[in-house]
Amino acid sequence: MKFDRPVRRKVFSHGMTVLTGLAVLVIMIPLASVVYQVVLLGSPVMNVAFFTQQIPQACGRGPGSVCHQGGVIVPIEGTLELIGLSSLFSVPIGVGAAIFAVEYGRERRFARFIGMTADVLSGVPSIIAGCFTWALFLFYDPAIAFSTLDAALALSVLMVPIVTRTTEEALRTVPNSVREAAMALGISKWKMSLRITFVAALPGVITGILLAIARSAGEAAPLLIAGGFACIHPLQGITQETCALPLWIWFGANSPNPNFIALAWGCALLLLLLILAMSVLSRFVLNRMARKMRGE
Amino acid sequence: MAQADETVKMETQNLSAFYGETRAIQEINLRFPERKVTAIIGPSGCGKSTLIRCLNRLHETAPKAHVEGSVFLDGEDLYQIDATAVRRRVGMVFQKPNPFATMSIYNNVSAPLRFNSRPSRGETDAVVLRALRQAALWDEVRDRVDAAATSLSGGQQQRLCIARALAANPEVLLMDEPCSALDPIATSKIEELIAQLKQEYTVVIVTHNMQQAARVADYTAFLYLGKLIEFGPTEDLFERPKEHLTESYITGRFG
Repeated sequence: MKFDRPVRRKVFSHGMTVLTGLAVLVIMIPLASVVYQVVLLGSPVMNVAFFTQQIPQACGRGPGSVCHQGGVIVPIEGTLELIGLSSLFSVPIGVGAAIFAVEYGRERRFARFIGMTADVLSGVPSIIAGCFTWALFLFYDPAIAFSTLDAALALSVLMVPIVTRTTEEALRTVPNSVREAAMALGISKWKMSLRITFVAALPGVITGILLAIARSAGEAAPLLIAGGFACIHPLQGITQETCALPLWIWFGANSPNPNFIALAWGCALLLLLLILAMSVLSRFVLNRMARKMRGE
Repeated sequence: MAQADETVKMETQNLSAFYGETRAIQEINLRFPERKVTAIIGPSGCGKSTLIRCLNRLHETAPKAHVEGSVFLDGEDLYQIDATAVRRRVGMVFQKPNPFATMSIYNNVSAPLRFNSRPSRGETDAVVLRALRQAALWDEVRDRVDAAATSLSGGQQQRLCIARALAANPEVLLMDEPCSALDPIATSKIEELIAQLKQEYTVVIVTHNMQQAARVADYTAFLYLGKLIEFGPTEDLFERPKEHLTESYITGRFG
C-alpha cells in the first residue's frame, strides 16, 4: 500500500504520454497521406518538359488517342507574376501601416484601429477579396476586370493584413531602450523608425512577407473571379487574363483528360515544394540574421 | 548654490513633470555649474530619473507625459526649440547599457554622425577614435571595432554607450544610474571616466548610491517625493546638511 500512489502516478504519466503521442499520430496521418499522394502522382511529370512547355492538346482515354505530357510554363509564369505584383502592392502598405501603428501611434486610437482593421481584413474570405477588386475594376475599366493586375490586387488584399500584423509584432519585440537610445542621440524619429527599429525587426518582417506570399500563392478562388482563366496560350501581359498553379489544379482536376489531370498533380507538387521552400528560406534568413546580430 | 566663480551651464525653473495626472517632480529650481559633476540623489521613486529625463526632453516621449516650467541651456529655453536639436546638445547614458544590437562597435559610435549628417569616412574615423578614447574603451576594442556591440561585456557596453553619446559632441552629459547594472570593477572604471569627462563636459548623474555621489560629484542635489530638498557642494551636503530630511537620508534612517 505504501507504494500505491507513486505507482498510480507513474501509470497515469505513461498513459498520458501514450495518448498525446497518439494525438500527434492522428494529426500526422492526413498530412502524410496528402504529401504521399501528391508526391506519388505529381513526381512522374516533374521533368524538363513540365517546366518549359505549354499546356498540351487534350487527349481522350480511348485506345489510339495520343497523349502528350506538355508542361505548365504558363501557370508558373502567372504565379510568379502574381507573387511579384501582389508583393509590390501589399508589402509597402503593410509595412508602412505597421511602422505608423507602432512608432507613431502608440497611444492614439488610430493605431489600435489599424490593428483591428488588419484583424478584420485577415478574416475576409478570399473569394470576397476577389469579388471586391473585380467590382472595383468593373467600375474603373471593364476591359481589364479579368486580368493579372486585378487578381494581384485581390491577393494583396489578403496579404496586407498578414504583413501588417507580423511587422507590428516584429517591431514590438524591439526593446524600447533602443528607441530611447536613438532619440537621446538626437536622431530624428523617421530615421530611427526606418533605419534602426525597422532594421532590427527585419528578420520578423521578412518571415511575415514570405508567409503572406505562401498564403496567396495557394489561392484559387479570388483568381477565378478577378483573374479570368488563360492557361492554354502564353500570357498576354498584366492587363489580360491570367493563369496560376492553383487555377490549373482546379481546371485540370475537373477535366476528363488524363494528361491535364497528370499536370494538375504536378502543379500540386510544385506548389507544395514552393511553400516548403519559402518556409525553409524564411527560417534560414531568420537564423542568419540572428547570428549576425549576435556577432558570430 | 553655485559659487560665484562658476558659470551656470544649465538651469531649471519651476520644472514640474507629469505622468497623466500624477506629478512626479514639482517646481524644481536647480543650477548645474559648467564642467562640474552634479549628482542627483534620493530614495527610489523620488523623481530623480524623471528630472534628468526632462533635461534632454526625453520625458515627454513617454505616453501621456508632459512637462511644465523651463530648462535653460546657456540661457536658451530648451522647451522653445526643436527636441531633436536639444538632444544633440544634451547627451544621455542610461541605466542599462543599450547599444544598437544590430550594429558593430564602430557603427554604434558613429551612429550619431551617420544619422544626423553625411560625414566622410575620414571624419567618422576621427570622431570614433576620439570618442572611444574619451570613454577609455579604445585600448580594449582597437583590434575589433567591426565586431558586434553585443559581443562586449556589460561594463564595456556601458562605456560604448558613453562613447556613442560623446560622438554626438554634446555640451552636457546626463547619466541615469550608469553603474546600477555593473559590477564593482566596471563601476570604478566608469567613475574614473566621469572624473576625466568633467574637464570638457558638464555632467549630471543620477545615482541611488550615496558613496558614488560623494566620490564623483562636485555638487549634489537631494530629491524627496518629487521635491528638491537640498542642493549644494557635495562635501557640505554630506557633512553639514542643512535640512533634517537630508541628514536622515544620508545617515540611512530611510530610503
